[in-house]
Amino acid sequence: MSSNQDNAVEHEEYYVPEQSKLPIFASIGLFLTVWGAANWLNGNANGPMYFFGGSLMFAFVLWNWFSIVISENIQGLNSPQLKKSYVIGMAWFIFSEVMFFAAFFGALFYVRSLAGPWLAGEGEQGLGNDILWPGYEHEWPVMTTPDMAANGDSATMRGPEQNMSNPGLANWLGWLPFWNTAILLTSSVTCHIAHGALKKDNRRQFNLWLGLTVLLGIGFIILQIEEYVHAYNEMGLTLESGIYGATFFLLTGFHGAHVTLGTFMLLVMLLRSVLKGHFKSSDHFGFESASWYWHFVDVVWVGLFLYVYVFG
Amino acid sequence: MAHGPAKGFTRWLYTTNHKDIGSMYLWFSFAMFLLGGVFALVIRAELFEPGLQIVEPELFNQMTTMHGLVMVFGAVMPAFVGLANWMIPMMLGAPDMALPRMNNWSFWILPFAFAMMTSTLFMEGGAPNFGWTFYAPLSTTYAPPSVTFFIFAVHIMGASSIMGAINIIATIMNMRAPGMTYMKMPLFVWTWFITAYLLIAVMPVLAGVVTMMLFDIHFGTSFFDAAGGGDPVLFQHVFWFFGHPEVYIMILPAFGIVSAIIPTFARKPLFGYSSMVYATASIAFLSFVVWAHHMFTVGMPLAGELAFMYMTMLIAVPTGVKVFNWVTTMFKGSMTFETPMLFSIAFVILFSIGGFSGLMLAIAPADFQYHDTYFVVAHFHYVLVPGAIFSITAGVYYWLPKWCGNMYNETMGKTHFWTAFIGLNLTFFPMHFAGLSGMPRRIPDYNMMFADWNMISSVGAFLFGAAQILFLFNVIATIRGGKKATDEVWENPEGLEWTVASPAPYHTFSKPPQVS
Repeated sequence: MSSNQDNAVEHEEYYVPEQSKLPIFASIGLFLTVWGAANWLNGNANGPMYFFGGSLMFAFVLWNWFSIVISENIQGLNSPQLKKSYVIGMAWFIFSEVMFFAAFFGALFYVRSLAGPWLAGEGEQGLGNDILWPGYEHEWPVMTTPDMAANGDSATMRGPEQNMSNPGLANWLGWLPFWNTAILLTSSVTCHIAHGALKKDNRRQFNLWLGLTVLLGIGFIILQIEEYVHAYNEMGLTLESGIYGATFFLLTGFHGAHVTLGTFMLLVMLLRSVLKGHFKSSDHFGFESASWYWHFVDVVWVGLFLYVYVFG
Repeated sequence: MAHGPAKGFTRWLYTTNHKDIGSMYLWFSFAMFLLGGVFALVIRAELFEPGLQIVEPELFNQMTTMHGLVMVFGAVMPAFVGLANWMIPMMLGAPDMALPRMNNWSFWILPFAFAMMTSTLFMEGGAPNFGWTFYAPLSTTYAPPSVTFFIFAVHIMGASSIMGAINIIATIMNMRAPGMTYMKMPLFVWTWFITAYLLIAVMPVLAGVVTMMLFDIHFGTSFFDAAGGGDPVLFQHVFWFFGHPEVYIMILPAFGIVSAIIPTFARKPLFGYSSMVYATASIAFLSFVVWAHHMFTVGMPLAGELAFMYMTMLIAVPTGVKVFNWVTTMFKGSMTFETPMLFSIAFVILFSIGGFSGLMLAIAPADFQYHDTYFVVAHFHYVLVPGAIFSITAGVYYWLPKWCGNMYNETMGKTHFWTAFIGLNLTFFPMHFAGLSGMPRRIPDYNMMFADWNMISSVGAFLFGAAQILFLFNVIATIRGGKKATDEVWENPEGLEWTVASPAPYHTFSKPPQVS
């Protein structure tokens, strides 16, 4: 009986904010952002204005939203049950992100293993090769696209020995993706150590290891930019160089965007800890959710490293 | 938290209350239902007789596209989310949804998304004209410029759906009253629980496929372009990996509504509760491995055709379990036929017809004949109109007295039912015959031999449209007044929602009930 009553008290304290201006303004900001983006892409002169105005508004609303949620927690409005709602929410949000990447991985596997060979005339599905794309042979990475093969053009992309693919185990030390993998895996470990320090209320250690994680994240982003510059300027690998460029840049690009967001999240957590003294060993879901996000982008990278780089 | 709603218009803009948000979802959905209905009537008016009379083929294509998009994403999905918002907290004994502010955000994205989508009708080059399935390269290489707006509208309504689904999952996992174990939850809650997982799993894939389109159109990638090593068929695979679970997103909550209504008016408990739960889960699982049955004629390897055919036919088993359970619930019950029950019985019968034509389409060799004909149009309208739409209508009649405290007008409700029932069968049944004799879908003009069937369909469509005006009138009249409803509303209905006053107070279950 007493446990039921405890339960009842817990439920009664579930905090439902009275009214909030955040959602409607977040909606307006989001709408202006995409409205501006669509206009911009379609070449309308006022597009960038809406896009940047909307993005600023959206960022401002999100900033306030997070501040309000943090101050509610500090005021003690959040019951254990409410905190669990945030945990469930974050967990399933990350799952939705996994499915977003699954779409691009699925596309990669499909074109590599099925559509590519069919374009080159393999099996029953390849009957059109002689007529549509004579001379096209499937290789991965696709250097000479079906269009180039049919027109007798040579590949604009350099390689295959110079492309992003695995240069052989002996040469890994001079291979940028290997270093990126090392950086990101290390950052997952440092993030975990920071979490452990926080659980022991060791603020100095927490700040140190979290700071190191943020630095590693920034290092990864710098190397990734370096790789893109190299691909565009020296290797002729661009978004427009056929399906290899498309899958390569969208997979690594969306991952890079997620790393950037994750680094920003961790940086905010670091500043909250250093400047405001937030987080206790018993109460630090803000940091915890950012660290989950960080581990998630790390896992996605392992998938990328294997399927885009090592076996690319 | 004891007091009532805030005053003035800003109540609706700033609200965090699940009942307010549920009402907004339902009204928004009805507005979209009328808009999508107008598009449908333009189509039916043009098809009333052969030849081109009313619209140009370009506009006709925009109408079929916008009709599908508005009905799927604007009418059916938000209506179910509206019902979930109203009912799930009350059914679980929870004070509100788990994340109330995000709940309001999920709603308010939608009016903006659909304003953006609808505005494409007035843009240069017209609205999207490539069908609601937006196959590449129609939607990439040959698309009007407004496709960019369509893509971003899909992005933000997807974000709305994902947040809505996360909220429902958090509510169900975390907000159940003491004693409300998973296997005591009403089936409407169970079906929505499973639907929410489908949404979280596939809406991001939809976001992925429109992102690939965006890059193909504006940044020169070749995902769906064979010249660059990509494949237009890749579009269909990714789209239908989203699209088939999406179909079940639009029907599983309907199963839950009907499973609530039939026991009440048969005055018997639901037959086979746990088998209903397992059948729903099985259907949801199978929905991820059948997507290519939409693409039998695209040129897949034989092994693929066979695998997808057998997996698809397997879905008939759990679906059959459900239909069996509904019929057995009614068997030897002391049945009465109030409006919600009429809609529910029609649901069971007509949804089964749609299920059977689905089985016919699942047979790959036969599908080569049916593909892209009006037979397919008949099939999916039979599962969506008397399936999704009828169940939503039944749910509104069933719970409306609880929401506003007044009984609806039963005579008007029954008139609505019979008009809609006759109208929809007149509209969609002849499409089976037109399709089987070879009439292709998505055409503004057709061979003389299909004239009779089309004329009947068009008459039925206008009748069905008129029935919805009656529905609107009945709902408004009920909100404004009418006979007071009791707290129980019906005779011994099951569920926590009937233990609170009618109309339901602004805040229910601030202190959770003890469920035995």
